Amino acid sequence: MCSLTHGCVMPADPTIPLLDVSDLCVSFPAGGRMVPIVEHVSFTLPEAGILGLVGESGSGKSVTAMAIMGLIDTPGVRVSGSVRFRGRELVGLPPRQIRRLRGRDIAMIFQDPMTAFTPVYTIGWQIDEQIRAHERISRTQARARTVRILGEMGVPDPERMARRYPHQLSGGLRQRAMIAMALSCNPTLLIADEPTTALDVTVQAQILDLIRSLRGTYGSSVLLITHDMGVVAQTCDSTLVLYSGRVAETGPSDRVFSHPGHPYTAALLDSIPPLYGPRPDRLPAIAGAPPVPMARPPGCAFGPRCAHVHAACTTTPPALLPLGPDHEAACVLPAEGTPLPPRTAADWPIDTIGDACP
Amino acid sequence: MTDTQSPAPLMEVRNLSKSYRVGGGHRLVAVDGISLSVMPGEMLGLVGESGCGKSTLGRCMLRLTDISAGQVMFEGRDITTLPERRLRPLRPRMQMVFQDSSACLNPRRRIGDLLAEPLRVHPGPDQRRRQAADIERRVRDLMELVSLPVAALTRYPHEFSGGQRQRINIARALALSPRLVVADEPVSALDVSVQAQIVNLFSDLRTRLGLTYVFVAHDLAVVRQVSTRVAVMYLGAIVEMGATDDVLHQPAHPYTAALTTAVPRPVVGATPPPPLGGDIPSPVNRPAGCRFHTRCPYVQDRCRMEAPVLRPIRPGHEAACHFPLPPS
Ligand SMILES: Nc1ncnc2c1ncn2[C@@H]1O[C@H](COP(=O)(O)OP(=O)(O)OP(=O)(O)O)[C@@H](O)[C@H]1O
Ligand SMILES: Nc1ncnc2c1ncn2[C@@H]1O[C@H](COP(=O)(O)OP(=O)(O)OP(=O)(O)O)[C@@H](O)[C@H]1O
Ligand code: SF4
Ligand code: SF4
Ligand SMILES: [Mg+2]
Ligand SMILES: [Mg+2]
Repeated sequence: MCSLTHGCVMPADPTIPLLDVSDLCVSFPAGGRMVPIVEHVSFTLPEAGILGLVGESGSGKSVTAMAIMGLIDTPGVRVSGSVRFRGRELVGLPPRQIRRLRGRDIAMIFQDPMTAFTPVYTIGWQIDEQIRAHERISRTQARARTVRILGEMGVPDPERMARRYPHQLSGGLRQRAMIAMALSCNPTLLIADEPTTALDVTVQAQILDLIRSLRGTYGSSVLLITHDMGVVAQTCDSTLVLYSGRVAETGPSDRVFSHPGHPYTAALLDSIPPLYGPRPDRLPAIAGAPPVPMARPPGCAFGPRCAHVHAACTTTPPALLPLGPDHEAACVLPAEGTPLPPRTAADWPIDTIGDACP
Repeated sequence: MTDTQSPAPLMEVRNLSKSYRVGGGHRLVAVDGISLSVMPGEMLGLVGESGCGKSTLGRCMLRLTDISAGQVMFEGRDITTLPERRLRPLRPRMQMVFQDSSACLNPRRRIGDLLAEPLRVHPGPDQRRRQAADIERRVRDLMELVSLPVAALTRYPHEFSGGQRQRINIARALALSPRLVVADEPVSALDVSVQAQIVNLFSDLRTRLGLTYVFVAHDLAVVRQVSTRVAVMYLGAIVEMGATDDVLHQPAHPYTAALTTAVPRPVVGATPPPPLGGDIPSPVNRPAGCRFHTRCPYVQDRCRMEAPVLRPIRPGHEAACHFPLPPS
């Protein structure tokens, strides 16, 4: 499963999921009290699985990822619940042991590429160091690998690019350099926080291809945070929709896209601007804003913006209820016998007309 | 308020080039002789490869960086070499929303301060210093404009998500009621629902404030929604430009066609198209002939020797290709 060059600390056990997150809660101190940012998030990621994590900005996607990586160091933060990597508990693990897992077994692509690099060293030097931190190879060998990966990432003239400083690269090149750094040790689990946001669609296609091939070549699993529903549809086996720090819906991607069970998921899918077909005057945006974490309504967090809100929604947060195999949504509608209608081809102007175009 | 009748472009660049000195005595040509104009009230979408020079072009337009060659005209006036002192009064009228949203908000200042700062620094429309009460009102309006709670004004940038910070950036750029905004990937960091709000916001701003903008984005569907015209860049040059749907639905340049095909469709089970192959050229060492020839599926001998120039191929539609694709 892991790359042969550095052996594997934790072998795969086919009976347990690679990553098992259960009841993860993260709260930050603010104004003298604890503000719950991520609440009771649970999901599993099988070996060689790709899970897409979507949700509005501020819903806690990055915080979830950082908590899994043990990277939240804000003073006073409280992380509870369990994060098991191949059965081993990561929550509460001493920082030194977590650091050993990071980079080799678990790698992360950060949302903001600037946070991954220090400005004072060339990007090549920083990737070399990352490789050498986990493997005993010479500087020259490390550089050769760095250059090769940068090339695979579609970075032009990778040898020269490796000698540049972070600020000398365009946003997209910086992002690719960071992806190269994350992939340099063939991680078992890759957590990618919006890895292709700064990239044009042709390079994005190339990177997604690479991420998909990671699974084929190394059996790696990927937790892919993105807000591009097209990327999710094309890359992820399953999808988890986060709203205001809670799981709104989770399930196999094809079910979530064709039979969304949560009105927020449906609204997300409706907001995608069409590339083909008639151009709407305005996009069907969801009115209003998500609640601030310290003042979530007592019932469903989506209630204040939901077209279907009614009395049953406003008392307690709705529990996640099964809709089908591995498919659950935290909404009262299905249980009340009034599930959302499935989406039809007419909802996808891009699909119906797209094929006719070059 | 704004003179939308005037046929004169609000922003015009002529033969603009910008190169950077990089290691080993090499020059990297980030923008290579671009000419284009932006009419008042126009929404120009700018798309292209990462690293093709979109941000650099935007910064040159607003004179946020020195220009290597060519001319930049704003409101009919040549600003190519204006010293900063004389640019200053023009600055409120041309603003940029930067790509790296988190990098440009001072982490030690509260959001309220960050939004008030440009209002304190620049005088009001009557050329007088703004009153504190006016500044406060404006700051609140701005928060509302970008759908952030007024209560957030006392918080610090790190307490916001990436998307929320991007909205703060947009609010900051709009603080001085600019005529021209260069928005460098303003919605790339946002989820689709907030993205839809911001996209609608940009449409409203144009109708309500007569705002003109250049909108850089990678998401072609977003660009389609906000632009009246689209320019496609590849390796420092514009390779195709025309009315939005003409360019996106009937691309004439093979690179534009590759872009539109690569858009991931929000449909599960659609097979992704094969990524564009070929060698990605370096901007330090641009290929001879057509700049796209190392990756073009339609390359012919002529393409390797002779550089195609941007020329009209259909009414209101230009492309830089010897063998433009026919309309489908
Ligand atoms: N260190 C911190 N201290 C206090 N609050 C924080 C901290 N980091 C994040 N938050 C808050 O947690 C919430 C979730 O932030 P997070 O960055 O996880 O959002 P996200 O889903 O990744 O959004 P985006 O799509 O915009 O990146 C936000 O309201 C943010 O303000
Ligand atoms: N300060 C600098 N020094 C040297 N080279 C630079 C500098 N800034 C940008 N470049 C280079 O100029 C070229 C164009 O960069 P620019 O940031 O304009 O691209 P872009 O089209 O905005 O890309 P992206 O979509 O990735 O943001 C790139 O090759 C980049 O590496
Ligand atoms: S529980 Fe009620 S308010 Fe919440 S999403 Fe379902 S219908 Fe809407
Ligand atoms: S000029 Fe030739 S190589 Fe260049 S885009 Fe046209 S067909 Fe392709
Ligand atoms: Mg995030
Ligand atoms: Mg850029």
